[in-house]
Amino acid sequence: MQLSRDDLLTAYRIMRTIREFEERLHVEFATGDIPGFVHLYAGEEASGVGVCMHLDDRDRIASTHRGHGHCIAKGCDVDGMMAEIYGRRDGLCAGKGGSMHIADLDKGMMGANGIVGGGPPLICGAGLAAKQLGTGGVAIAFVGDGGSNQGTTFESLNLASVWNLPCIFVIENNGYAESTSSKWSIACDDAADRASGFNMPGVVVDGHDFFAVHEAAGEAIKRAREGAGPSLLECKLNRYYGHFEGDAQTYRGQDEVKKLRESRDCLALFRENVTSAGLLEGAELDAIDREALAQIDGAVTKAKTAPPPTAADLLTDVYVTY
Amino acid sequence: MARTATYQQAINEALAQEMERDETVIVMGEDVAGGLGTDGERDAWGGPLGITKGLYGKYGDRVMDTPISESAFIGAAVGAATAGLRPVAELMFIDFMGVCFDQIFNQAAKFRYMFGGKAETPVVIRTMYGAGLRAAAQHSQCLYPVFTHIPGLKVVTPATPYDAKGLLIQAIRDNDPVIFCEHKALYTLEGDVPEEPYALPFGEANIVREGDDVSIVTLGRMVHVATEAADALSGDGIECEVVDLRTTSPMDEDTILETVENTGRLVVLDEAHPRCNMATDIAAMVCEKAFDSLKGPIKQVTAPHTPVPFADTLEDLYIPDAAAVQKAVKAVMESSK
Amino acid sequence: MSEGIRPICMPKWGLSMKEGKVAGWLVDEGDALAPGDEVIDIETEKISSAVEAADAGVLRRHVAQEGDVLPVGGLLGIVADEGVADGDIDAFVTDFQANFVPPEDDDEDSGPATETVEVAGRNIRYLTKGEGGTPAILIHGFGGDLNNWLFNHDALAARRVVHALDLPGHGSSAKDVGDGSVGFFADIVTGFADALGIEQAHLVGHSMGGAIALAVARAAPARVASITLIGSAGLGSDIDGDYLEGFIAAERRKDLKPHVEKLFSDPALVTRQLVNDLLAFKRIDGVTAALGTIREAFAPGGAQAEVMRDVAGSVPTLVIWGAGDRIIPASHADGLPDGVDCTVLDSQGHMVQMEAATEVNRLIDERLG
Ligand SMILES: Cc1ncc(C[n+]2csc(CCOP(=O)(O)OP(=O)(O)O)c2C)c(N)n1
Ligand SMILES: [Mg+2]
Repeated sequence: MQLSRDDLLTAYRIMRTIREFEERLHVEFATGDIPGFVHLYAGEEASGVGVCMHLDDRDRIASTHRGHGHCIAKGCDVDGMMAEIYGRRDGLCAGKGGSMHIADLDKGMMGANGIVGGGPPLICGAGLAAKQLGTGGVAIAFVGDGGSNQGTTFESLNLASVWNLPCIFVIENNGYAESTSSKWSIACDDAADRASGFNMPGVVVDGHDFFAVHEAAGEAIKRAREGAGPSLLECKLNRYYGHFEGDAQTYRGQDEVKKLRESRDCLALFRENVTSAGLLEGAELDAIDREALAQIDGAVTKAKTAPPPTAADLLTDVYVTY
Repeated sequence: MARTATYQQAINEALAQEMERDETVIVMGEDVAGGLGTDGERDAWGGPLGITKGLYGKYGDRVMDTPISESAFIGAAVGAATAGLRPVAELMFIDFMGVCFDQIFNQAAKFRYMFGGKAETPVVIRTMYGAGLRAAAQHSQCLYPVFTHIPGLKVVTPATPYDAKGLLIQAIRDNDPVIFCEHKALYTLEGDVPEEPYALPFGEANIVREGDDVSIVTLGRMVHVATEAADALSGDGIECEVVDLRTTSPMDEDTILETVENTGRLVVLDEAHPRCNMATDIAAMVCEKAFDSLKGPIKQVTAPHTPVPFADTLEDLYIPDAAAVQKAVKAVMESSK
Repeated sequence: MSEGIRPICMPKWGLSMKEGKVAGWLVDEGDALAPGDEVIDIETEKISSAVEAADAGVLRRHVAQEGDVLPVGGLLGIVADEGVADGDIDAFVTDFQANFVPPEDDDEDSGPATETVEVAGRNIRYLTKGEGGTPAILIHGFGGDLNNWLFNHDALAARRVVHALDLPGHGSSAKDVGDGSVGFFADIVTGFADALGIEQAHLVGHSMGGAIALAVARAAPARVASITLIGSAGLGSDIDGDYLEGFIAAERRKDLKPHVEKLFSDPALVTRQLVNDLLAFKRIDGVTAALGTIREAFAPGGAQAEVMRDVAGSVPTLVIWGAGDRIIPASHADGLPDGVDCTVLDSQGHMVQMEAATEVNRLIDERLG
């Protein structure tokens, strides 16, 4: 799939925005201003962006507890996300959901999810709807390596296959579920090996490599749109922070993260790739870096001063009608 | 004199002492030790809040990390309990019951009855519940009423470190399936806890505070809210009797009826949603069995009929507080004969 | 401190007491007080009792009023001589209140702490108060612990060092009670004295603790300066076997309370907290088994196994009984050997050292000299 210059700039911009968003949250969380649990996606940007670059608003994604990157990649409003994470009334979910539940159904973002394994069944439904309604849309679940072991994931793989749904299961294998290694928790070598048991393609890609992800996802999505059924894509990647903010990460090796940041940074790899091939100028990317920084700065400033929800909001939106 | 320990230490100590006493006791759950298969520290977590930390060092392979597969490992704990082990499985948040509920309510709960009294299923499912940590709608619920609804399950909701240790030891020794619900906002609470092992029987409510004017029947974290309200009301000359259920199944009806006979006035306080919760259950029971003792209508103080909101402003409004309890007590005083 | 002005403060009864409530004044402002007079009734979660006057004087001021809750050490009232001016008392009160700091919850220094010593391979917890003189050792009864001496320990410790211990199987001591016999416990008490380097001691025993004191006096009379036997076992075979059985068997508040009420002449003293504390003790692993072992050895079939009336009087002996004792009948005090001092207190029960603490303390203190 050919990427235009604009596509490349867009891909870089979104990845950089996610990185900036997460790095900033890491800093802000430490000040104690952000309530609840926050799971950062920094390090994994190439996966969410490589996949979502192929999608438009008729396509749906279901995310995980580590959902900020998927939201941004699927076009959610960054200011609205930041406000949500701060628990503000004008947050994307009116301050009622928070980091673990950001959603924007108009954008096809079906929600981050507090329940590991919550997403895969939902995309079977979204895929079914797209198929029945003939929208041409596809449905994609992002699943962690940990989530790949959840019964709901296995059941959904089978269901998507027997119903021949336009679904893609993207397993983001970052090596850990909380403190437990995926090398231990997944009984086969690669989570992708499981695909054959469900009679669908299973592909492993380097999840730090935007181009690899983009290409593999493109094939799976094309297949789904053409009615050829579901696929499984396993992206091997890494997270730069703890499981959640506050995780001491004593289970990780010495300097593990430092080395990863030096050698397996999807943004650095992307920059290297496009500049050495002469596709983009370093200065263009620098400009995007500055713009992303400014955008996140603005989002944080707005979020901090935005009004919180009030008592009147507590009882609304439990039902459509009651 | 008893030594002071936190709710969290009390739970860890109960597990350690029972593992020491009985080698059929095993602990399992996601990251209950942690660090499995990694290059770093083993026992890196002890669960997300470190509650089980240190057990792995003492009991090794009897502390089992699991993949994120609640249906399978909770079910495995249930099955193992029918086959000679006494598993204590950790369901990290009570909200995750949805993933594994069948193994609990259709399997564990029903074996004894369905099999004509032949089965024993001594499994404990430890799980954290409750609002207050800004953990939002899928990590903050008070779902003990759901378990209480199911015949065959015992349901425990300790409010203090002392009760947490004694009730957990009882839960492990008990031969029925027990859902052991730990309020996440209580883990750091300190209290007197004997160092020796002791078991606290199920079905005995605790009279936390005596008073002759109004009974407040409650459980879990709300016991402390009730006590706070009662202390404040005492200044206004209203003496409340605070009863902590300790276990919702079995439920100590006698103590509830006695306190209502003593005061004639009842406020039931429950952090769960208002429909089909402990408050409605107790109010109904009292109406049926002690109607003549009542001097006026019962008041229920509960969370509203909404999911748990994320924003701190909303969550603070959501959780019943001492002011709400005081208001209810005063209303009960005013509306009674 | 102003000349001749003495504060009456909230006492600390037992290790865990943090505050108390004024149940009522027993003397009016202006009344003269003699040492030992009961001045004010205090209630705590666990127990109710009266505070006694420490010295003679006039009760000049009720500072705390009925219903007030004060921390330990808080100012209840003022005793002063007649000549002290009201203004001086006002100034004293103002000054006291301004400087009073209630003890911190976790303040380890707020009272003497218990200690532990190993005797015959078992950890024995004890509490020491006072200093000098011939030491006294307080020995509680079946199912009790050192807190049974709550109202006696301080008073007796004014003139000598007084140790109260938890017997094996009780309180916070080890739960291994050997064969559970009185002889076993007597060896423990002797071993306890050895461990503390006590050559000779006054033994003060309540109930089964009295039988233990008798057994020590029988086995090692040289180690015993005197024995005080309160509602004591070992002086006859009668004992309420149902009490022993019921106390052991009761697993819940409701089952235990009626048994515990038998101990007191005033059942209102059996507070919720008292019953809870007993239950907390009984629920500790090994306690029920230990109590069962003791009962089998001490009172098999509901009758005391060992009667040691002949030992009474072989060392200086004081016997105190509540006339209405429902556990061990006061009739066991009748016809004891010559030289045994005997006081039977009207309308008192088995826990006479708690319910009539002032009188019991006076009798013991006189006796120990
Ligand atoms: C049903 C369920 N079980 C357990 C959890 C607790 N939990 C949240 S995230 C997580 C680890 C998820 O690991 P993985 O799927 O690899 O995603 P990652 O955090 O690495 O992105 C666990 C166990 C949960 N939220 N839901
Ligand atoms: Mg992972």
